[in-house]
Amino acid sequence: MTGGAPMTGPTNGPMTERRTVLDVRGLTVRLPDGADRRHAVEDVSLTVGAGEIVCIVGESGSGKSVTAFTVMGLLPKQQLRPVAGQILFEGADLLTKSAAELRAMRGERLSMIFQEPMTALNPVMTVGDQIGEVLDIHTSLDRGEREQRVLEIMDLVRLPDPKAMLNAYPHQLSGGQRQRIMIACALVLDPALLIADEPTTALDVTTQAQILKLIKEMQERRGTGVLFITHDFGVVADIADRVVVMQRGRVVESGTADEILRRPSHPYTQMLIGSVPSLHPPARAPLHHAPVALETRGLGKTYGGGGFFRKDRTVKAATDVNLVVRKGETLGIVGESGSGKSTVARCVVRLIDPTEGEIYLHDAEVAKLSASLLRKHRKRVQIVFQDPYRSLNPRQTVAESIIEGPMNFGVSRADALAKARELMTLVGLEPDAVDRYPHQFSGGQRQRICIARALAMEPDVLIADEAVSALDVSVQAQVLELLDDVRKRFNLAVLFITHDLRVAAQICDRIMVMHKGKVVEEGSTAEVFANPREDYTKALFDAAPGRGYEFGGVRAAE
Amino acid sequence: MWMFIGRRAVATIPVMLVVAFVVFMILRLSPGDPATVIAGDYASPADIARIRAQLGLDQPVALQFVSWIGRLVQGDLGISIFSNLPVTTLIGQRLEPTLMLSLTTVVFSVLVAVPLGAVAAWKSGTWIDRTVMVVAVLGFSVPVFVLGYFLVYGFSLELKWLPVQGYKSPADGIGLFFRHIALPAGALSAFYIALVARITRASVLEVLEEDYIRTARAKGQVESKVLLVHALRNASVPIVTVIGLGIAALIGGVVITESVFNIPGLGRLVVDAILKRDYPIIQGLILFFSFLYILLNLLIDIVYTVLDPRIRY
Repeated sequence: MTGGAPMTGPTNGPMTERRTVLDVRGLTVRLPDGADRRHAVEDVSLTVGAGEIVCIVGESGSGKSVTAFTVMGLLPKQQLRPVAGQILFEGADLLTKSAAELRAMRGERLSMIFQEPMTALNPVMTVGDQIGEVLDIHTSLDRGEREQRVLEIMDLVRLPDPKAMLNAYPHQLSGGQRQRIMIACALVLDPALLIADEPTTALDVTTQAQILKLIKEMQERRGTGVLFITHDFGVVADIADRVVVMQRGRVVESGTADEILRRPSHPYTQMLIGSVPSLHPPARAPLHHAPVALETRGLGKTYGGGGFFRKDRTVKAATDVNLVVRKGETLGIVGESGSGKSTVARCVVRLIDPTEGEIYLHDAEVAKLSASLLRKHRKRVQIVFQDPYRSLNPRQTVAESIIEGPMNFGVSRADALAKARELMTLVGLEPDAVDRYPHQFSGGQRQRICIARALAMEPDVLIADEAVSALDVSVQAQVLELLDDVRKRFNLAVLFITHDLRVAAQICDRIMVMHKGKVVEEGSTAEVFANPREDYTKALFDAAPGRGYEFGGVRAAE
Repeated sequence: MWMFIGRRAVATIPVMLVVAFVVFMILRLSPGDPATVIAGDYASPADIARIRAQLGLDQPVALQFVSWIGRLVQGDLGISIFSNLPVTTLIGQRLEPTLMLSLTTVVFSVLVAVPLGAVAAWKSGTWIDRTVMVVAVLGFSVPVFVLGYFLVYGFSLELKWLPVQGYKSPADGIGLFFRHIALPAGALSAFYIALVARITRASVLEVLEEDYIRTARAKGQVESKVLLVHALRNASVPIVTVIGLGIAALIGGVVITESVFNIPGLGRLVVDAILKRDYPIIQGLILFFSFLYILLNLLIDIVYTVLDPRIRY
């Protein structure tokens, strides 16, 4: 093993024959009895060559993560069992190795990075120790050498001031820095294979672009084979040499990135690529004359302030936000995490109290109203949250969730129930399904239920706070369509909060770009996408993955 | 860190003052003339007057409070009505056995319970896990005095391995000390072992589901270290909370245990003082225990920040 990376990287021309690092043949993993299907993955075959990035693409439940965990030998033993096939890694079948043999290879010859850099690092251990742990397990370096190696790899993954960061804890770092630490852990021993399980899904676009670049760079320099799991075709377009498409545990199509993205042959792949929203907004008629449903003037929210014995520390989550949403219009607020977009949404609904400025619902100013006076305005603004798995009470039937709001405002139970059944049909679900519990629905169905719950209050303003961000692309497309449909049907003013530019391009009439609590740019969606004025907006657009490809999802605007 | 400890220490002052005020008012708010209550049913008017003067009850309440606080600050908790000894001296005499019993119990319980709970979590669903949990239920259910008498019957009367009762200070020889403390500490520990083992199991079980445990395994870490290095420390905050609460609740158990094993500790002092209505002792003990609790809370808060770098007050 050499101390650093070889200085001359392998030339990865398309013609060079690559040494195969990983060769999965006919892998089948059995699900426990009583699951919705027999096998988590069935007859999966794929190869990864040295210095090659192979993307496994698929929606949730496609078996892409199970495949990755089987290779690592990290499947939950009692629940999932490989029953057929081979996993040839550098020529030897991993499925025949003992637990100890596998353990010796993990972290050294094959390593893995995960989706959530927030939770994948041990919160009570310094990041230096977490990288050093890999060395402790697999090598017998002394303290000095160990620290040297840790500092080297931290430098290689472009962490600023590695010496100072050595003793930092994960919570003191940003999401991007944490993912760099994870990558450092994975690559410190120069493995032959790196498995990356959605490593950028939880990151902001600009950070995502940096991390993708880093993975590519490190892998090219060291000739590492990479198995990259993702659901995002934009990411695939940016990083993949070859692509394997999975659906319900089976490989439906595989080929070079260009083949799959430009000429997909399987209908499922075609549908997936067709569902990716385009970055080109459709033409939309401006709504200058519709009445204003929601307006904020100088809205601001400052957190913190002095407490007993405490130093003053304030955070301006949002400053001087002026927005107008007309009836029948969708205003998008676009920004990265910490930009203040959700703060604005929560202030408008008065889930949190703004510290400055005014909020007008039609003509009523509600920013400073007391809880009791606010009550009658509550039903006029409704919100749909990001995570449909956590925003429905798991112990209540869907009916109870939907009718709770109207009944609080004096609607009789029978009327509310009748309305709930009507709304279920409207959002594309069976009216009889109201008697079921949230866990009996899929993510997309739950988000439909959340929309029905919001509509039950007959609001004027609907706020969607990252309402489609947790959904698979095909489901996302359907829910976006539903949101657009209810906007038209009820002439709703919609405030659409998202970090996803593709989604914003497709659904918003106008967009506002927020950065560090301030609105940096505002205009009609077509205008902003065609000619972004501010540097930040340009940087944001440049970071959007897969710009080079035109994906299919352009929907007809009205 | 020191800033934090200093800030927290200063913040305990108002709490102590409130406690002192409540303790002071207990005597003044009890029905009737406290001097009459203290003197008992058969006291002469002269006795009552003497007690009243001794307690300073003939002066205005505000003045009484101020002078009482003044004496408290100097470490003067008053004088016992019956033995005429300073309360501080009485507490001092009885402190060691109680402290030693509590300490032995806590250390023993933690040393047994934390590994037991951690292993149960690690092997959750197996017979090891189920056995630990059944033992825990037993530990919860058997009252300390019942267990105490059983232990005495078994180990002292039948096997004659250990003394039946009494207390020996570590100064008299460490072996002798442990022989005497073993049974009372053992009886007292059952409940705490059950409590701490259960919370350890629950807490470790939750932590074992975390992503960073998977990360540790992906690094090739062996299971024992996954459990010790990664899981246990992350699971420690709720465990420490329960240990702290347990120590606070220990006092009740100590009173009973000291009676069962005839140990001359604070528990016995409390019981005797209440039976004799020796108010200065009762007040002194309440203050003393409150002070201990406050100190304990401070200690636990400090331990939190050591265990989890994310916790900063």
